[in-house]
Amino acid sequence: MIMAKPSRRQFLKIMGATGAALLAGKNASAHEEHKINNETIGMLYDATKCVGCKACMSTCKRVNGDYGSLSYERAKFDTDGLWDAPQDLSGSTRTLIKLFKQSEQEWSYVKYSCMHCQKPSCVSVCPVAAMTRDPETGIVDYNKNTCIGCRYCQVACAFNIPKFQWEKAIPQIVKCDLCKNTNLPKKGISACAEVCPAGAIMFGKRKDLLEEAEKRLRENPGKYINHIYGAHEVGGTNHIYLAGMQFNKLGLPTLKEEAPAEFSEKIQHTIYKGFIAPVALYGTLCFIAVKNIKGNDEDEKGHETKTDKGGDTNGTR
Amino acid sequence: MGHDEYQKHDAKILTPSFIVLLTLAMIGFALILLRFVKGIGAVSNMSDGYPWGIWITYDVATGTAIACGGYAMAILVYIRNRMHYHPMIRSAILTSMFGYGLAGFSVMVDVGRPWNAYNFFVPSKWQANSAMFEVAVCVMAYTTVLIMEFLPAILTALERTEWKTLQYMLDRAYSRLGMERPERIGDRLDKVKELAAWARPRLDKILIFIIVLGITLPTMHQSSLGSLLLIASTKLHPLWHTGFLPLLFLINCMYIGYSIAILESVLSCYAFKRPFETKELSGLARIIPWLTAIWLSVVIGDLAWRGQLGTAVSFNFYSRFFLLEFCLIAGGSLLLFNKRRRESIRWLFVSAALIVLGGALYRFNVYLIGFNPGKGWHYFPALAEVMITVGIVAFEILGYQVLVKLLPVLPKLHTREQLAAKTATDTAIRHTIGHKALEH
Repeated sequence: MIMAKPSRRQFLKIMGATGAALLAGKNASAHEEHKINNETIGMLYDATKCVGCKACMSTCKRVNGDYGSLSYERAKFDTDGLWDAPQDLSGSTRTLIKLFKQSEQEWSYVKYSCMHCQKPSCVSVCPVAAMTRDPETGIVDYNKNTCIGCRYCQVACAFNIPKFQWEKAIPQIVKCDLCKNTNLPKKGISACAEVCPAGAIMFGKRKDLLEEAEKRLRENPGKYINHIYGAHEVGGTNHIYLAGMQFNKLGLPTLKEEAPAEFSEKIQHTIYKGFIAPVALYGTLCFIAVKNIKGNDEDEKGHETKTDKGGDTNGTR
Repeated sequence: MGHDEYQKHDAKILTPSFIVLLTLAMIGFALILLRFVKGIGAVSNMSDGYPWGIWITYDVATGTAIACGGYAMAILVYIRNRMHYHPMIRSAILTSMFGYGLAGFSVMVDVGRPWNAYNFFVPSKWQANSAMFEVAVCVMAYTTVLIMEFLPAILTALERTEWKTLQYMLDRAYSRLGMERPERIGDRLDKVKELAAWARPRLDKILIFIIVLGITLPTMHQSSLGSLLLIASTKLHPLWHTGFLPLLFLINCMYIGYSIAILESVLSCYAFKRPFETKELSGLARIIPWLTAIWLSVVIGDLAWRGQLGTAVSFNFYSRFFLLEFCLIAGGSLLLFNKRRRESIRWLFVSAALIVLGGALYRFNVYLIGFNPGKGWHYFPALAEVMITVGIVAFEILGYQVLVKLLPVLPKLHTREQLAAKTATDTAIRHTIGHKALEH
């Protein structure tokens, strides 16, 4: 037990080093500040133009039903199952229109679907790369053939967009992919934007959408809240919003400009940079442990020769 | 290290507690079957707002911390060079093995598409940005390491076994069938014994490198269990969301590890009517308050730095859970600073229990209680969901109970009393066994 003191010091040193690495993670400046790519595609939803007809919802299910594993959702009162009546985005519904009523005079429709973030949290956290972001189009897509169903994407998404099929034995995640495999290759536009009769959904490149949104804000003072939701939130989204009411009242959370994925990746990358820290930790610990065991064996041997006068001390280990 | 530090616990396997635990485990496994037929929604209250329920929070995030006894003991014995704790390590590793193995099993119950899990082994699918990837790979590796660390116990048992039960059953079976028992069965059984005797000293030589891997891997994934929630900056309450989550989870698992080693030893000595290991336990207990002191200062310092100290004492829903967690850990640690209490089994048990509860509550706070996905979402586990977790835990205790009676796991009684004199003979015996094995 002569070794006790130095080894404790060594142990504390290692713990200190681990702590320092973690601290460094906290303070390290971002190495690769992510850049917003305005050439990617997305949608501009104008809540003041929306008439709440839900044509986008029914078209989405018709077009993506088979590919996206979407089904119709029954309401409690609808015993015959004649209507599709989803209450919220779900494992059967990729897009949804809701009405928010402040009073009889003040109300607004709002459309929910994937925001197609520039720095998506779901892509950052997916352990098997089932969530991907196409760098050219900016579409955040999901691959059910890779997905293990851990639902970390749901935990990570600040907008609560990815939905899970809780009632199925073979479930999957459901979320908007901008009709990547259905309407987009055929017609060059997402189904909801194509079908909207009120012009509330504009489909196009992010730079054109932003330009249009700014134009509308400029030309209609007082009609809109003076903010383009999604222009900067969580590092920018490709699905952006204009509305006449506070966005957080419409179920769009007030968010910071830094992408949460930047924060978490910064820390994770600092700890595991080049896998140096774990290897160094293993090496140091091996060194200490082997030394301790050798020291101990020598102790034992010394002890043996004293007490047993010989014994079997020349044995190999 | 000497394999004669351990002994089998000689007792009947079929006890009343065995039957109770078996029943609970069977209920749990029946419900797991239901989950695979009817979907996760049929047995759980998880929702799109709360996609992680108690299976992840308890079985994985908390369960693996409780299974850190093996990790904590390995640091103590091999890194801090306290070899006199060595007799305690095997039972700690056994519980760790069960804890981690069943955490992995729970994950397979929890994930929706487990058949795709092979993607963790496909390099093109590796996602180094994901803390989950790191946790999954590390936990799989660590479970393998734990099995290898436990292998000496199985090999020793194989070497010494006479195959009495098996011989008896074979004889019965053959006489029923009215046939002669072929000679080669006995030969084969002897082969297995020889193989075990051949493998054990060889495993012994490299075992230390596996053990050290068993210290490195938990250091990595226990901190990553904290990193998992870094991304949820908009959902996790500011009392818990901090860049220090990885560090806090790491220290947390260490003091839980030592405390659980104490609880486990007290409980198993009580249940198996063995003398208490007071001297070793009070030694272990001395380490705990230092770890919790570091942990608590990081928590407070971080809250102060982020300007959240006011939130901590605002006595709202979140603040209450924070204060409860804080008081449990601080209270348990304060008890352990007193030397007299450290030498009383009752106080040791109470303070270790407080610290395990507080440490586990911290993990619950981070994964569930402090997690708020937005308006309209609520979560409280369903009965079936709880019963699945209960079933898995019951299976864990059951396995421990049975294995300590089949394999040399618990510290040998007389060795602990005269350890110093005994280690010498141990080495001699080990060397002779080693020589014999080499001659074969």
